[in-house]
Amino acid sequence: MAKKKLGLKERYAALTRGLDWETTYEPMDEVFPYDRYEGIKIVDWDAWADPFRLTMDAYWKYQSEKERKLYAILDAFQQNNGQLNISDARYLSAVKIWLQGITPLEYVAHRGFAHAGRAFRGAGARVACQMQSIDELRHAQTQLHAFSHYNKYFNGMHNFAHMRDRAWYLSIPKSFFEDAYSAGPFEFVTSISFAFEYVLTNLLFMPFVSGAAYNGDMATTTFGFSAQSDESRHMTLGLEVVKFMLEQHEDNVPIVQAWLDKWFWRGYRLLGLVGTMMDYMLPKKVMCWKEAWEIYWEENGIALFHDLGRYGIRLPKHHEVAGKEKHRLTHEMWTTLYQFGNALGLHTWIPNDEELDWFSEKYGELFDTMYKPRLLYLRELEEKGERYFNNRLPMVCQVCQIPVFFTEPDDPQTQCVRIVEHSGTKHHCCSDGCKDIFEREPEKYVQALIPPQQVYRGEAGGATNIFEYAAWLHLERDVDTGEYRGSPDHQHWLEWQRRHKAASPDEAA
Amino acid sequence: MADKVFLALQNNPDAQPIIDAVLEDNPGAVLNETPGMVKIDCPGRLVVRRASVEAKLGRDFDLQEIHVNLVSLGGNLDEDDDELVLSWGS
Repeated sequence: MAKKKLGLKERYAALTRGLDWETTYEPMDEVFPYDRYEGIKIVDWDAWADPFRLTMDAYWKYQSEKERKLYAILDAFQQNNGQLNISDARYLSAVKIWLQGITPLEYVAHRGFAHAGRAFRGAGARVACQMQSIDELRHAQTQLHAFSHYNKYFNGMHNFAHMRDRAWYLSIPKSFFEDAYSAGPFEFVTSISFAFEYVLTNLLFMPFVSGAAYNGDMATTTFGFSAQSDESRHMTLGLEVVKFMLEQHEDNVPIVQAWLDKWFWRGYRLLGLVGTMMDYMLPKKVMCWKEAWEIYWEENGIALFHDLGRYGIRLPKHHEVAGKEKHRLTHEMWTTLYQFGNALGLHTWIPNDEELDWFSEKYGELFDTMYKPRLLYLRELEEKGERYFNNRLPMVCQVCQIPVFFTEPDDPQTQCVRIVEHSGTKHHCCSDGCKDIFEREPEKYVQALIPPQQVYRGEAGGATNIFEYAAWLHLERDVDTGEYRGSPDHQHWLEWQRRHKAASPDEAA
Repeated sequence: MADKVFLALQNNPDAQPIIDAVLEDNPGAVLNETPGMVKIDCPGRLVVRRASVEAKLGRDFDLQEIHVNLVSLGGNLDEDDDELVLSWGS
């Protein structure tokens, strides 16, 4: 009689226990030199378990199935000229931010998890990091494949890798990941798998990708959901690593709490870009940033922190500031992007009347009194042929690298600026959250490369104004940059829609 | 009331038997649909039972097949051959 198949738990145990060994030629501490210096104390690595208990054979099987499904849809999208069926070409600005800002992060995450996986001496943690490292490479590749189709028809997507290390606004996501992967392996996994993926990426991959579906972008929808199914594993790994550290030793609790405080705030700041994509760049709306924040943070995120309360973990510092900012975050961010549009590889515009009404409905009186009049004023300038551009570069926060444009938590009419001093030099932060992060590790953040400062020092190919700087980014003026209305992307879109409709028998009848 | 756990799946025919089984097996579960996906919220605890999905599908089902159509989840996860459980406060 055939031997009974091993159960899931036994298969996982065989992979993560039976294949591992203690080194004898060299001491374990020298083979794994990085998993102790952060101060995290691990008593028993075997207490680590992936709750999904995914083994390598199952991993390859399901990942290849996901890839087959994804590429079938991408092929169909491309063969059927799917780019003509999106809601409006303004939507492409969101795709451009994703390609320029998010896709490179996937690749950096791939490297980061490869490094973390090498650093951990526990086999369970190593296997989980290995899978995640491969996942992240897959995400970078599938996103590039999906977006390459749009690159044939729209501007601004031709040189994202060159821009990544040079564009002032792309240093926001770039600095986030460089901060994470220059930390130790436990902090890296806490920052990316837990704080970023568990707590925050649902906001990108759920409401935004659902929005992509609603706007007819089947390519993004499909890789988005396909990637997020991997994220479910990463989130589970993130929660597991946090619980593991908290259960292993009580001395780990304050270290983990400090990381959660830091990475909640850094992740939240980064998501301001995603909120702005949702509110302003999706021509057809699914839900607003404020609603998404209420569901995915105030309901689901806080539930997670309640659960960690039994280990002595409290809600992350400054989470209440995020709650106050939810009414205004995206409006402040959009106006900032709008004014610096001559140094962006995407288009900006003033929302139409229908969209302004949607904002009024979602954001109420604060929008009507504070932001709508400003948008209407900017529209008036544009109609007079005086479209407003701020042709300088902004002062950005020393930590999150977002322009210092946020307002005081309790006063939306006063700019929020925090000045910190270290070794006789003053640095500017956008918020108490970023100031706290700076003050905890000043030696790290004084080294941050701040693009606008570099540009003014002549480090951007000697550019002396914003147009020369954009050219150094390989961005063509008023083609890749600037206002949407009247841009080549806009004109092509109108022409394609006209021909598309003319070819339809219903319209001809 | 207990904090809610959630399971989000792609809204496609492959996921439908899983969605139906989860809604039947978890009386407190609420289905929230947005374009392209469904999010099932449930107070405290949510279970996906292999046997229930198999009954809907009419064939054998490995719970790990859920990865193909899974979008996201919230809650402490525990999975074995028969059940995938999400819970808070256990």
